Amino acid sequence: MPFKKTFKGGVHPPEQKYWTEKKKIKVVDAPETVVIPLQQHIGTPNEPLVEKKDTVKMGQVIGKSSKFVSAVCHASVSGTVTAVEKRPHPLGTNVLSVVIKNDGQDTWDEKPKKDSDYLKLPQDKIKQRIQQAGLAGMGGAAFPAHVKLSPPEDKPIDCVILNGVECEPFLTADHRLMLENTDDILAGLNIIMKILNVSKAIIGIEKNKPDAIKLMKKKTAKMNTVSVLPLTVKYPQGAEKQLIKAATDREVPSGGLPMDVGCLVHNVGTTLAIYEAVSSNKPLIERIVTVTGPGVKNPNNVKVRIGTSFKHIIDFCGGYTKNAAKIINGGPMMGISQVTDEVPVIKGTSGILVLDEKTAKLQEEKPCIACARCVDICPMHLVPSHIASYIEYNDIDKAQEMGLFDCMECGSCSFICPSKRNLVQYIKLGKMTWNQKQQAT
Amino acid sequence: MERKLYISSAPHITDSDSIPKIMYSVIGALIPAGIAGIYLFGWQTLWVIITAIITAVFTEGIIQLLMKRPLNIGNGSAILTGLLLAYNVPAEVPLWLPAVGAFVGIAVGKMSFGGLGYNPLNPALVGRAFCTASWPVYMTVFRTPPRGGTLSGIDLSNIDAITEATPLSIFESAREILLHKSQFTEKVPDAMQALSQLYSSYSNLFIGKIGGCIGETSALLLLIGGFYLMYRRIIGWKIPTAYIVTVGVLTWIFGGTDGLFTGDPIFHILSGGLILGAFFMATDMVTTPITFKGRLIFGMGCGILTSVIRLWGGYPEGVSYSILLMNLTTPLLDRYTKPKKFGGK
Repeated sequence: MPFKKTFKGGVHPPEQKYWTEKKKIKVVDAPETVVIPLQQHIGTPNEPLVEKKDTVKMGQVIGKSSKFVSAVCHASVSGTVTAVEKRPHPLGTNVLSVVIKNDGQDTWDEKPKKDSDYLKLPQDKIKQRIQQAGLAGMGGAAFPAHVKLSPPEDKPIDCVILNGVECEPFLTADHRLMLENTDDILAGLNIIMKILNVSKAIIGIEKNKPDAIKLMKKKTAKMNTVSVLPLTVKYPQGAEKQLIKAATDREVPSGGLPMDVGCLVHNVGTTLAIYEAVSSNKPLIERIVTVTGPGVKNPNNVKVRIGTSFKHIIDFCGGYTKNAAKIINGGPMMGISQVTDEVPVIKGTSGILVLDEKTAKLQEEKPCIACARCVDICPMHLVPSHIASYIEYNDIDKAQEMGLFDCMECGSCSFICPSKRNLVQYIKLGKMTWNQKQQAT
Repeated sequence: MERKLYISSAPHITDSDSIPKIMYSVIGALIPAGIAGIYLFGWQTLWVIITAIITAVFTEGIIQLLMKRPLNIGNGSAILTGLLLAYNVPAEVPLWLPAVGAFVGIAVGKMSFGGLGYNPLNPALVGRAFCTASWPVYMTVFRTPPRGGTLSGIDLSNIDAITEATPLSIFESAREILLHKSQFTEKVPDAMQALSQLYSSYSNLFIGKIGGCIGETSALLLLIGGFYLMYRRIIGWKIPTAYIVTVGVLTWIFGGTDGLFTGDPIFHILSGGLILGAFFMATDMVTTPITFKGRLIFGMGCGILTSVIRLWGGYPEGVSYSILLMNLTTPLLDRYTKPKKFGGK
């Protein structure tokens, strides 16, 4: 049944992919020190399993939690623990982290070895390998992968969607992965479909990656369960609810999850990590990051160890340009601006974006002129200007009624506002205020 | 690191559009109609426009200084209000009239509520309504025919029963006669001739060779400006379309003189200030709804009120009052036409 393969709303920020989309992934040497935060995921933070002066091997589990919704973390180098203390974290606060001095040897705790019978493993054993590898969503949200792959019995999944959309401007890591690691990604998809017993998969890729679309189509031509879906370039097509809508025309209910409409979405980077974890027992200790923007001398796509500082990676890419003025963990629409470049790459760091003074300069907020652009483009069909106004006047209850918690903070409204109102900032403040009030009562 | 870093909440990029860009784009879209007005009605038109704009900008600036608010007269909003007010008055008014209109529009219609973004009524229309109520003769009696044409757009030389006036006034008079044939039997043939001439003078109405306010006569140039703004996504299609279609439908059904469904919608769409109002005043962002359904209802409401005033009200033209009345319903429409949330019920 034909339906429009897109979603209502959305904006068109300049794509800015040209900086890095043609650049092959380069490996960054492991730094002298890595800082592994014990929380890089959504869920319960890990407890440290090591302490100062311990020697650790590469891939050794150094943090674990007893709760299900959590993701273990591993040492990404071999060496000595110099501290277990609070360190700056790219998502804002200072978080308890394990600091390891690299001995340069890269001695594995358990060297990953290809298990050629991995497809014969039972479902729970496959999920166990995923959990032991500490996998979390690498598109940015970092939700523990083994939890996502364990939907409750009453929420059957009939469609797996691979998120190769990468709608944030500047970022090209997923694009390069799809070009350079196609077979492994598809093997990972196969594993996911096996775990969930699903016989339909859609790979969503935005049309600004024609080479990736062509390659994926070629590789899946003989598979009748997997189809490639080229998508109209529009932000935030890569948001999972919008991707599900475009791929299947199903709307995830307000406050619900993709499993409520029988779907499951995984980023292509996570899918690749799933393949490596299940087929070779490889823990999540490295990832691809796009280092880009007018503030970096040599923008590139790089493979880095988890825990490498932003500074080390930017230096690898030629260092800063003269007018570098803002460092962002992620993309320009939803990324977090950094106070220092001595923060580590974590499991969800998809990009390091350095902007110049001209782009970074803050603009003065003017009053709302009711132009309705924010209403027209909101992918969740909210009224951002009114929600922000209610929060400004401290009527959080009214803001909540209007859908405050349906907002996914994609940034489209702030982007399009001609009065340069900080709509997303008000919404974040409103959510925080509401949660504080709930906790107080 | 010694480098100073900017910190802010996401998003870290914004679209290049801004309030001044929007305002000056609308002003630009209105300029062709203004040039037409100067060509058709003479140099006095230019003085009216200049007076209105200067008064508007000065009023806003002085009030902002008195209120100790930051000066923002450069954003183009006051200039736009002055321009629109000028377009809504006849060319031959004494210059103090657009000055007063601009002053009232800005001071009462906009600044008293807090300035840009806070006013509930369209400031240019507030100024116009004030002038119409205070000096009805200056505002509704047109004496200057357009260059190369007649006030009414038709040839009234053999029609004694109808006095020379704008197309809508002639329509009103002729229709009055034809709806009460028994009372005005001797005037009926003249009235019928006048009406049929009106209905065949579309080209004059379209180009603007008719009498009327400075900026409202040339439908062609206004439409060009309006479509330009729609292409730039500064105004939407919902309000102009809903407004014009509603007027067309209602005047077709009720605007005839031979019973129902005998009206001439094209005549009504091209006459008076409808095109100017539908594209440039009913689309004023601050005073109109922000939801999809709200905008359609707003446009339809303006259409209904305009038709009612034109066909059964005391004035030959009803655009300004329709828009002002619908402006008052905007908060209500916004509240009750909220869009359905993604994944909502």
